[in-house]
Amino acid sequence: MLEQIEGSSAVAKCIALSRPEVICAYPISPQTHIVEGCGKLVKSGKLKNCEFINVESEFGALSVAIGSSATGARTYTATASQGLLFMAEAVYNASGLGLPIVMTVGNRAIGAPINIWNDHTDSMSMRDAGWLQLFAETNQEAADLHIQAFKIAERLSMPVMVCMDGFILTHAYDRVDIPSQEKVDAYLPPFKPRQVLDPANPYSIGAMVGPEAFMEVRYLAHEKQQRALKIIPEIAKEFKDVFGRDSGGLIRNYKLEDAETIVVTLGSVAGTIKDVVDKMREQGKKIGVLSICSFRPFPKLEIRNALKNSKRTIVLEKSLAVGFGGVVANNVMMSMQGTGVHVYTVVAGLGGRPITQPSLEKMLEVAEKDKLDDLTFLDLERDVVERELKREHASEKSGPIAENILRDIAGLEEAKR
Amino acid sequence: MNKLDNKQRVKFYQKGTFTVGNRLVDKKARSVQASMERSNAITSGHRACQGCGEALGARYAIDTVMRVTNNKAIACNATGCLEVFTTPYPETSWQLPWIHSLFGNTPAVATGIAAALRVKGKKDVRVIAQGGDGGTTDIGFGCLSGMFERNDDVLYICYDNEAYMNTGVQRSSATPPTARTATTMPLGDAPGNVFGTGKSMPLIAMAHNIPYVATATVSNLHDLETKVEKAMTFRGARYIHIYVPCPLGWGHASDITIQLARLVVDCALFPLYEAEHGAITGSTPIRKRVPVEEYLRPQRRFAHLFKKGAIDTLRIAKIQKMADENIKRFNLLRKETESFDGVTGISLKESKYT
Amino acid sequence: MEEKEKSTPEKDIEKENKNIKKPFAITLDVGSSLANETGSWRTERPVYLDRLPPCNNACPAGENIQSWLYLAEEKDYQGAFQEIMKNNPMPATHGRACYHPCETACNRKDVDTAVNIHAVERFIGDQAIEHGWVPKHDAKPSKKTVLIIGAGPSGLSAAYHLTRFGHKVTIYEAGPVAGGMMSFGIPAYRLPRNIIEAEVKRILDTGIELKLNHKVENVEHEMKAGKFDACFLAIGAHLAKRIHIPTPDTSKILDAAGVLREMETGKNPPKLGRRVVVYGGGDTAVDVARTAKRLGAEETIIVYRSGPGQMKAHDFEVKEALEEGVKLNWLSTIKEMDASGSIKVEKMELDADGYPKPTGKFETIEADSMVLALGQNVDTSFIKKIPGIKIADNVVEVNSSMMTGYPGLFAGGDMVPSERTITVAVGHGKKAAREINAWLSGKSYKPLPKHELASFDKLNKWYYTDAPITVQPQLNTIRRQTTFEEVLGGLDGSNALYEARRCLSCGNCFECDNCYGVCPDNAVIKLGPGKRFKFNYDYCKGCGVCVKECPCGAIKMVPEEI
Repeated sequence: MLEQIEGSSAVAKCIALSRPEVICAYPISPQTHIVEGCGKLVKSGKLKNCEFINVESEFGALSVAIGSSATGARTYTATASQGLLFMAEAVYNASGLGLPIVMTVGNRAIGAPINIWNDHTDSMSMRDAGWLQLFAETNQEAADLHIQAFKIAERLSMPVMVCMDGFILTHAYDRVDIPSQEKVDAYLPPFKPRQVLDPANPYSIGAMVGPEAFMEVRYLAHEKQQRALKIIPEIAKEFKDVFGRDSGGLIRNYKLEDAETIVVTLGSVAGTIKDVVDKMREQGKKIGVLSICSFRPFPKLEIRNALKNSKRTIVLEKSLAVGFGGVVANNVMMSMQGTGVHVYTVVAGLGGRPITQPSLEKMLEVAEKDKLDDLTFLDLERDVVERELKREHASEKSGPIAENILRDIAGLEEAKR
Repeated sequence: MNKLDNKQRVKFYQKGTFTVGNRLVDKKARSVQASMERSNAITSGHRACQGCGEALGARYAIDTVMRVTNNKAIACNATGCLEVFTTPYPETSWQLPWIHSLFGNTPAVATGIAAALRVKGKKDVRVIAQGGDGGTTDIGFGCLSGMFERNDDVLYICYDNEAYMNTGVQRSSATPPTARTATTMPLGDAPGNVFGTGKSMPLIAMAHNIPYVATATVSNLHDLETKVEKAMTFRGARYIHIYVPCPLGWGHASDITIQLARLVVDCALFPLYEAEHGAITGSTPIRKRVPVEEYLRPQRRFAHLFKKGAIDTLRIAKIQKMADENIKRFNLLRKETESFDGVTGISLKESKYT
Repeated sequence: MEEKEKSTPEKDIEKENKNIKKPFAITLDVGSSLANETGSWRTERPVYLDRLPPCNNACPAGENIQSWLYLAEEKDYQGAFQEIMKNNPMPATHGRACYHPCETACNRKDVDTAVNIHAVERFIGDQAIEHGWVPKHDAKPSKKTVLIIGAGPSGLSAAYHLTRFGHKVTIYEAGPVAGGMMSFGIPAYRLPRNIIEAEVKRILDTGIELKLNHKVENVEHEMKAGKFDACFLAIGAHLAKRIHIPTPDTSKILDAAGVLREMETGKNPPKLGRRVVVYGGGDTAVDVARTAKRLGAEETIIVYRSGPGQMKAHDFEVKEALEEGVKLNWLSTIKEMDASGSIKVEKMELDADGYPKPTGKFETIEADSMVLALGQNVDTSFIKKIPGIKIADNVVEVNSSMMTGYPGLFAGGDMVPSERTITVAVGHGKKAAREINAWLSGKSYKPLPKHELASFDKLNKWYYTDAPITVQPQLNTIRRQTTFEEVLGGLDGSNALYEARRCLSCGNCFECDNCYGVCPDNAVIKLGPGKRFKFNYDYCKGCGVCVKECPCGAIKMVPEEI
């Protein structure tokens, strides 16, 4: 049924439709409305046979999820940013044990400096932990992906992270189709755990594995994600069969067929870029967008095939590998080895900096002229940065960068008055 | 008839009443460990050191839970000696469903297991969480407090060997003053661990007003089993703190593990008591008191207090004072005629026996 | 939202659980640790052993005390009785009159107080008499005959044991009644006559012929006449030692043995008068003094030449005597007695070496009679004649097999060098019986090697609850002074059981399950009730906790042979 609904509420409703048995959560912006929504559904009795647990930290939250999933209960939790890092140990643990937990990450920047707005640094910090990572482009997709996530996780016996942009998706009101319980039940079978803590059939889970077998365990985890490359599209197809719409999958291509310039991205910014692409197409520019949904496993082959015929690829990402460059771009470059296509990195929107259509248009114009730097920070305030660098060169004791810049900006404002 | 009902009968029974079993006592009144049908939750082949107190303590506690729950228990374990010596690939010595997640999250994992069992309507399956002193008083403290506050139906057992043993005997917040560990060496003006303000996990557990808290040792099996049994009669968060000597970490002979656990109780450094909903409900009186020195001497971790010709009387006196305070606080030197453990007066007229 | 259907998916899950494939290496199956045989870590291994309990070690009659206490504590009193009867045929007697060296050796005294072994033995003996239990034995008749001279405790014991070996035994007793010193030396207030009668009868009922009033003058003659294959001499030491005390009226000076015999066999009790002086420091002196009290003496004084530390009488005897009003004059020797009964006594003092020395100071004690209790002698008159016999210091010498110089003639009890108690006598009887039994088939008796002693340091006393000794009820003083009723009462059923259960079972496993419970490696196998335990050496790491925690010291560590 179509509803004009906040993104978080849509997600909460779809989680509930997936018949979770244990939901445990610790509040952190911007995930708060999701878990509040779930909590309300449990407390009101609308979501039955579900335990909602208020935990004492994110580390506690994922740990509760681990215990619950290992006991055969379909388990869900949500976090973001600092919380994801606080549970980092448990993130690796959950994937190491192969527990099909589904977790929403309301993408948010990581401090210091503390920042509650959207970027992808948090998910990226956990990209190698063994979890599957799916990125939602719209609120509809965010809601749909959670339903798919349970199916993927349980089929593979591996945890899945559904990433949705904080505030941009979580707190935005949009038109979302909330499916019916019958359809969800038809699509999502009950959870049949691969291993379960059960007195009727006891065994020990979580042994200490030494050098003689550890490599094999890791290899098998990697192999599992390779299998996921096939399973994710299957599940997306099954979803379309039941619900009648495209949602999820590995990648989504928009006007790529004859594109000379292709922008690769993840998440909600794809929508903005698509609008720019439409405008530029009207101007005759051959440009397209590739939106990655499954970031882990990384669909190397699919991306390579989609991009190999372009003249230039621009990876626009809301993440930065400090001291190196682009995170997503790096993954894309690996997939493009030997194709001869030049891959540019554009780091944008860190800490929630808005990505505007004019900025994108300007950047793409430069790109078309092949005058783009390999690494660009979109809309960087050059003079602020320059003044800070001058200060650092002038004195060794220049203090924390953030504070200095703020003081500087405040000073400028003063000067303007 | 379980052990709780049987106090009267066992009281009479003086020959070997404190032993593990007793052929003269009704089978139901004997300890769980005496039974040929005990579940042996930790079976042979594990890699614990010779004379490991924790291996004993864990088997004692879990076997009792298994008997009380009719073998319907799930255990989760923190990283540490117990976890490492019982589950090195490819061998596990656990005979019940068991999970190890991380070092500091055991109480939270237990919460999750309990929640899942609740959802699935499996009321008869109970959850045990276990960890060492490091995993409980230090790194697991936050999760433990959270579990207590939610009053999840979990029995948390802490095996206290007073240091991070598995990583090589480093100091934890449970390490007693003056003890030598790898990070509190007997050097300088204050050799060994410092005299801090102390961190009593049982008292902290009590401050959460959870249904049941108790302390126990491996030297008093009947006391330990009674307390575990009692704990299992409650639903909600319960905490048992078991003192377990470590021959390797403390530097004592492997055969005196139980003897040391006895001495620590008899010198009052480790009081045995129980509490419900935040109030102490009872303590086990000391049968024959000994000075703390008798407990400290057999352990090399206290050897620097007993240097030839330079006995550290000041610090030993300070430790003795700690013991004296326990005596006062928990009323440990009272003469009891009605206690389970102390049988002083027998009426020759009344005698009930099998 | 609809209710979740639980039935089918749950059942599917349960079925599937049995077949699911668990992740490699992370998840391990129950029992997989048994592949790791940690027994290879050991440098020494524990072994079960039986150690010799100190009570057994101390008992002159060689009773297996720990063994019969083990049965008594299970309330199997008849079983306990049979166990006692394997070694000692007179438990009711010994429970009253034995000086219980077992209790002096008892390890329990280092926990609280020794087990009241004699009281439990007495209880079992009394139960046996009450219920008419008879000893069981199953030896085939040997066609050998043995003569025993003397129906005292030694002779009766030898007769009993020889009968158990299958031999035919005949006892010749010079006196009118059997019992020896039991009847003639121990007063009725300690050992009632009906008890002696019952136990003697039970011994004789096993098939022994007793000829009373048959004094032997010629041993060789008797042996030939009766066609006996061997003979055991047990005539005791019933002649009183006398010293010369100048007195005009010798009728006033009596000897203790005579007084006690007259108590037993005389028509009327001996007349000792209102004031009696007993000269001597042994148990007999005390017995006579207490007897005198009961016979109506208003004042009874024991005069002893040395101090309390040198007095040979047992402490408890002296204590009871003092309670009954008997007086003690230490450090006094009797010099002479005049016609009116005034006894001149010289005071002694102890010198630097602790020996009494005359001081030259004198006292007078008034008395109606004086009883000498200075020890007993053996009547060696007819023994001297036997070829090969050696007599030294008034006792007959025997070799380590209890045989005299005359082949086939054995001797024991008070007449050979020994501590003079009925228990020692009974022990001699048993030992002699074994030696005679071996000698009759041309062999020599080889005793089994003794186990190592279960000394107190081998025990772990913490496991034994504090349980103070049960004190036997005592007759009140007035009744003690005027009657010969038993001074000490027996235990009843409940406290005899309690007392038996105070036994620590030193050195002998009593299946307390400690080793089974305290092994951190679960390496002790419990074999079942009555079958004890076995070590699982595949997994035993040799930590030694079982040894330290075995309450009775029935485990020890032995080095591994590498």
